[in-house]
Amino acid sequence: MTTPSADGTTATAPTRTKRDLGPKTHERTPGQTVGPFFAFGTVYDKMNEVVYPHSPGSVRLSGTLYDGAGQPIPDALVEIWGADSEGNIPRGRGSRRRDDFTFTGYGRCATTDEGGFAFWTLNPGQVDSRAPFFAAIVFARGLPDKLHTRIYLPDDQDLLDADPFLSSLTPDERATLIATRTPDGNLHHDLRLQGEKETVFIAF
Amino acid sequence: MTTNKTAAAPEELLAAPDQATQNQITQEIRDLHGEVARREAEGEHVPATMWNFPPYRSSILRHPTKNPRLVDPETIELWSPAYGQRDVAAIESDLTLQHTGEPQGERITVQGRLLDSWGRPIANQLIEVWQANAAGRYIHQRDQHPAPLDPNFTGAGRFITNDDGEYKFTSIKPGPYPWKNHVNAWRPAHIHFSIFGSGFTQRIVTQMYFPGDPLFALDPIYNTIPRQKDRDRLIGTYDHDLTVPEFSMGYRWDIVVDGPDATWFEPEGDH
Repeated sequence: MTTPSADGTTATAPTRTKRDLGPKTHERTPGQTVGPFFAFGTVYDKMNEVVYPHSPGSVRLSGTLYDGAGQPIPDALVEIWGADSEGNIPRGRGSRRRDDFTFTGYGRCATTDEGGFAFWTLNPGQVDSRAPFFAAIVFARGLPDKLHTRIYLPDDQDLLDADPFLSSLTPDERATLIATRTPDGNLHHDLRLQGEKETVFIAF
Repeated sequence: MTTNKTAAAPEELLAAPDQATQNQITQEIRDLHGEVARREAEGEHVPATMWNFPPYRSSILRHPTKNPRLVDPETIELWSPAYGQRDVAAIESDLTLQHTGEPQGERITVQGRLLDSWGRPIANQLIEVWQANAAGRYIHQRDQHPAPLDPNFTGAGRFITNDDGEYKFTSIKPGPYPWKNHVNAWRPAHIHFSIFGSGFTQRIVTQMYFPGDPLFALDPIYNTIPRQKDRDRLIGTYDHDLTVPEFSMGYRWDIVVDGPDATWFEPEGDH
């Protein structure tokens, strides 16, 4: 399903090129925890419905976020950002105010009291012939800064095997980055901040 | 599914079990900062914010034990979700106008620019803010400390940066907030910020503080940032030129988002 954006700028796989700008001149602002009381500032209507639930081509990506004791984390935000099914980078606006039509690619979910998160979105297509994945970020009370990770689609083993980043990991580490396709065609993926099967987090 | 464990009620998690004294916590902070200074002197790279910072008790089970893997950002990571004026209403940048009456407290205006590591403005990106009221009370149902709610103040706002990367909002100066990390634990007054840059790698959530707060040295969250020069970047500057006569006190706070060492651009130039 390709979704043209509401402002008519259907994305055509834009590319970004590396450009050397010389040494940085500004030091970055450091991150801080999202704290316990983020809901009234960050939660909004349909924020986890990147596409309308059950619409054609939609997929449900869900899982649980765990701490180092294996306990679910009930006060966290999980965010995903992904290409559309054709591998286009979404440029449509409106992630904060959904029109149920524009595919903006970005979703946010506050974990439930059982640590659960769930999104309705599209399976991202291949971009630049790479194994498709959702970029994901975790924020939580007790987590002093953001954590980036990737959630890869499990379907194309050849692409996964050929991926240079995944190939640099041990099989156990790799497994923490690849979602499971459920029998009904949806995706399941747990995230573990610490401990056995600790999710591989990334920095750039 | 690997577990059927039921989560503890989130409000039960808010109090650290050991309830250390402030002196213990302050000493732990000093020791950790000293350790970081030593590691840096030996040439180690320590991130601006430490994920593993035990004086912030709830970080103990929530920090990864392995360093994040350094990767080249690819495809989707080089882009941010696109935002625009359609995502927010102008009134959402005035936290004092959301109810029928005027909120209690010291009215403030906060203004600044969203920049990248080369000082280039980032236009058309979303900034979300949330905060306690003048008495230090959050409207969140799990904040039940006995300070008054303000019927005229919710404490949440959002806005889109303009073509020069500028943002501006009006609010009330938040009060310090007690939080049960240890005995007599109080957070310095702060405003939470959620920020999108021009690439998803640049996304940050952080907090802005106010100059001269006596609680800085006592606060484990502020001190998860081990270097003073980095902590200083979270403190807004009082700016009399931003103070509005008979109306509000002005603070300036610029935000710099970082990404990959070489930045990435789109030939068409649409941020």
